[in-house]
Amino acid sequence: MFAYIVRRVLATIPVMAIVALFVFSLLYIAPGDPAAVIAGDQATPEDVERIRQSLGLDRPYLVRFGEWVFRILRGDLGVSIFTNLPVSLMIQQRIEPTLSLMVVTLLLAVTIAVPMGVVAAWKAGTWIDNAVMSFAVLSFSVPVFVVGYLLAYIFALELDWLPVQGYTPFSNGFGPWIQNLILPAVALGSVYIALIARITRATMLEVLQQDYIRTARAKGAGQRSILFLHALKNAAVPIVTVIGIGIALLIGGAVVTESVFAIPGLGRLTVDAILRRDYPVIQGVVLLFSFVYVLVNLAIDLLYTLFDPRIRY
Amino acid sequence: MNRRDLLRTSAAAGAAAALPRFATAQPAQNRLLKMVPQANLTSLDPIWTTANITRNHGHMIYDSLYGLDANFAPQPQMAEGHVLDDGGKVVTITLRQGLKFHDGEPVRAQDVVPSINRWMKRNPFGQKLATVVDALEVVDDRRVRFKLKRPFPLLFKALGQVSNSPAFIMPQRLAETDAFQQVREAIGSGPFKFKADEFNSGSLVVYEKFADYVPTPNGTPSLTAGPKVAYMDRVEWHIIVDAATAAAALQTGEIDWYEQPPPEIQQLLRRNRQISIEAIDPLPLTGILRFNHLHPPFADKKMRQAILPAINQEEFMQAVVGTDASLFRTGVGLFTPGTPLANDAGLAPLMGPRSLDRAKALMREAGYTNQPMRLIGPTDILAPAAMTQMGADLVRRLGFNADIVLTDWGTTVTRRASREPLDRGGWSMLFTSFSSVDFVDPAAHYPMRGNGTSAWFGWPTIPRLEELRDAWFDAPDLAAEQALAREMQTVAMDELPYVPVGAYLSITAIKRNLTGRVPGLALFWNIRRS
Repeated sequence: MFAYIVRRVLATIPVMAIVALFVFSLLYIAPGDPAAVIAGDQATPEDVERIRQSLGLDRPYLVRFGEWVFRILRGDLGVSIFTNLPVSLMIQQRIEPTLSLMVVTLLLAVTIAVPMGVVAAWKAGTWIDNAVMSFAVLSFSVPVFVVGYLLAYIFALELDWLPVQGYTPFSNGFGPWIQNLILPAVALGSVYIALIARITRATMLEVLQQDYIRTARAKGAGQRSILFLHALKNAAVPIVTVIGIGIALLIGGAVVTESVFAIPGLGRLTVDAILRRDYPVIQGVVLLFSFVYVLVNLAIDLLYTLFDPRIRY
Repeated sequence: MNRRDLLRTSAAAGAAAALPRFATAQPAQNRLLKMVPQANLTSLDPIWTTANITRNHGHMIYDSLYGLDANFAPQPQMAEGHVLDDGGKVVTITLRQGLKFHDGEPVRAQDVVPSINRWMKRNPFGQKLATVVDALEVVDDRRVRFKLKRPFPLLFKALGQVSNSPAFIMPQRLAETDAFQQVREAIGSGPFKFKADEFNSGSLVVYEKFADYVPTPNGTPSLTAGPKVAYMDRVEWHIIVDAATAAAALQTGEIDWYEQPPPEIQQLLRRNRQISIEAIDPLPLTGILRFNHLHPPFADKKMRQAILPAINQEEFMQAVVGTDASLFRTGVGLFTPGTPLANDAGLAPLMGPRSLDRAKALMREAGYTNQPMRLIGPTDILAPAAMTQMGADLVRRLGFNADIVLTDWGTTVTRRASREPLDRGGWSMLFTSFSSVDFVDPAAHYPMRGNGTSAWFGWPTIPRLEELRDAWFDAPDLAAEQALAREMQTVAMDELPYVPVGAYLSITAIKRNLTGRVPGLALFWNIRRS
C-alpha cells in the first residue's frame, strides 16, 4: 500500500509538468494583453508598449517559460502583474472561502443525498421513491444561479434570516461563518444532492437484489441493519466515486456560486485573473487545481480499499 | 443558577438570536460606509494605470497641489498659494503647513518634485506641460519652482487634473519609481489611509480616516476643490460582481452605496424609498464610434462621412440607459454637454431626420463595393457593449460586408492596438465611452487627436486639429478657448476622427441617510450619515 501511495504521488510529477506546459503555452497563444488592460482605455500604443517591456512580456516564449519553470521549482508562483502581490498570498487569501464552501456543500450533499437514495431504493416504486426522483430531476434541471437568486430572495430579502452575500472567516466564530455559507452551500449542493441520491438509489437497488441480502433477511437481520450495514457498504464504491467526481466538479461550480453570493474564493480569483490576463495568477491557480484533482483521485482510490477489502494495490 | 433563572436566560438568548441581523448593529456603524465600487481594484498606482477605479482609490489616499471645482476652475488644495514672476515664466508654489503622509513623515517640496516629474511622463496634460518646463526645482521644504520656457496659463488646471492619472503627490521614495513601473506601497497624504493588511483584491478594500489630515481652510467642497473632511472612520469597498446580489445587499442594508447599477437594476431600486437613484456626475459621459484611419474602408474620409445620416444618437443612448430622456443627451459634439467648450458647430450632419437610404447612397458615391470591414467590441462592459450591438445592427442594415467580433474587454483592448490590415487581424470600427472630465477640454481629449501613429487607437492624421489644439493651450481667455473649440469641432466633424453617438448620465444608488456627497466621482469626503 505504501509503495502504491509513493508511486501515485511520484506519478503526479509528470502530470503537473504536462499541465504546466499546457497552461503556459495556452496563455501564450491566447488573445489578450495585460499591458493593454493596465494602460487603460485612454492609453496610447506607445504607453502600452512601454508597459509590456517593463513587465517583460516582449521576451521570447522559451525565455519566459524557462524562468517560470525555474521559479515554480523553487516553490515561487510569482507575483501578480496587477496587484504586485505574491500569487501564493493571493491564493492563501482565497483558499479558505472556497474550501469552506466545498466542505459545507459536500457535508450537506452527502448527509442528505445518501439517506435519500437509500430510502428511495428501499421504497422503490412508491410515492417516496417518486418524490425523491422528482426532486433529483428538478435539481438537475435548475441552474445553480437560479437556485441561488431564489434562495437569496426568500431567505435574505424577504425573511431577512441570512445575509445576501459575503464571507466571514472561521476565525470570527462558527455562527457568522456558517451564516454566510448556508445559502451558497444549499444552492451549490442541490445538484450534488440530486446526483448522489440517484447513484445511491441505483446502486442500492442492485445490491438489494443480491443473494447475501436475502441471506441476511433470512437470518432475521433488521431492516436498518440490512440497509446501512450490509447493502450500503457494498454499494459504497460507486457512491464514493461519484462523490470524488463531485469534488472535482465543485471547483467549477464554485465559480458561479462565488459570483452570485460574492464569496471571495479561488473561483472568482481565477475568473478575474483570466479577464485581466493576469498570467502568473492564472498559472498558479490552475496548477493548484490540477494538484488537488490528482490528490482527490488518489484519496478516492485509497478509500475503495476501506469499503471493499477485495481491492488491493 | 436555579431552574427559573436558566429558563429566563435561555428565553432572552433565544429572543436575541431571533432578532433581525441589522438590529444587532453597533452605533459605530454610523461612521462606517460600505460601498460596491464600479470595478475591482487591482492596481494601486494611479499614475501607472488610468483605470477609473484606481483613480478613485487615488482620490481617497492622495492629495494634489490644486483641485478642480465643479466649473473645472483650479483651486489651491495642498498648495497655500503661488507667486508668478518674470511675466508668468517663473511660478513658485508654496505648500500648506502641517501636511503629513500616512507614514507620519511631513510632506515636503522634495516629495512634490519627483511626484510631478513622474506624472508628467504619463498624463497627456502633463506631457504637454513638460514641453514648456525648463526646470522644476526645490526652493526649500515648502516651496517648489517651475521655470517655464513661456507662460503656461493652464499650469494650475493641469496640476488639478481630476481623471486619467491626476498629479497626486507621493513620498519621494515612491515618486522616484519609474513611471512605467508600479509603486510598491500606497502611501499618500489624503483624507483616508489605505489598509494594506486588509486588502483582498476582488473582495475587499478598506480605508481608514487619516486623523492627521488637515483640510484646506479655503472654499467649499466642490469636486476635488475645497475642504475634504472625512466624517467616516472607515470606508469599505466590497467587490460584488453580480448586479442582482449588489442590489439585494443594498436593499437589506448590508451595503450603503452601489456605485454603478445597470439600468434594469435601477428600475428595481427606485421602488425602495430608502434608496436614492441619482446621477453620480451631473455631467454625462460621451459615447464614440471610432474609425480605423489606416485601412479601407474608413481610411477614406468620404466613407466616414457616408454613415453620418444613419447615426441616431437617441437610439444609441437608449441602448445604453433606456428610454428615460432625462438620462441622456443628443446633439453631442466634441466636448461634454453642459461645459463651457460644448458647441453646435459642424453638427448638422448628425441632426434632423435620419436616413439609411441617404447613407447607402453616400456609400455608393464614396465607391463602396462590398469591401470587408470589421467591428470589434466587448460584451462585458455595459455601455460599450450596448453601443457595439447597436453599431453591429447599423452596419448590417447599411449593407456593409461586416465581420462582427465580440469578445471580452481584455481581448478587445488588445485587438484594437493592432495596426494591421483586416486580413492580418486588424479592425475597422469600435465603440467606447469617455468620462465627462476627459472631454471637458482638449487637454486630455485623446480621440480628437490627429497626430497619426502617435494618436489614440485608430490613428487619424489631421494636422489642422493638432494646430488648433496647440493654440488652445495658449488661449488667453475663455472666449478665445470657445472660438477655438468651435473651429476644432468644425474640422473634426468634417474629418471625423470619430463620431459622437450621444452622451449619458452615470447613475448611482445610495442610501438616503447618507448626505453631503460631492458630485462628480465616487468621492468619500464630506459624506455623513444623518
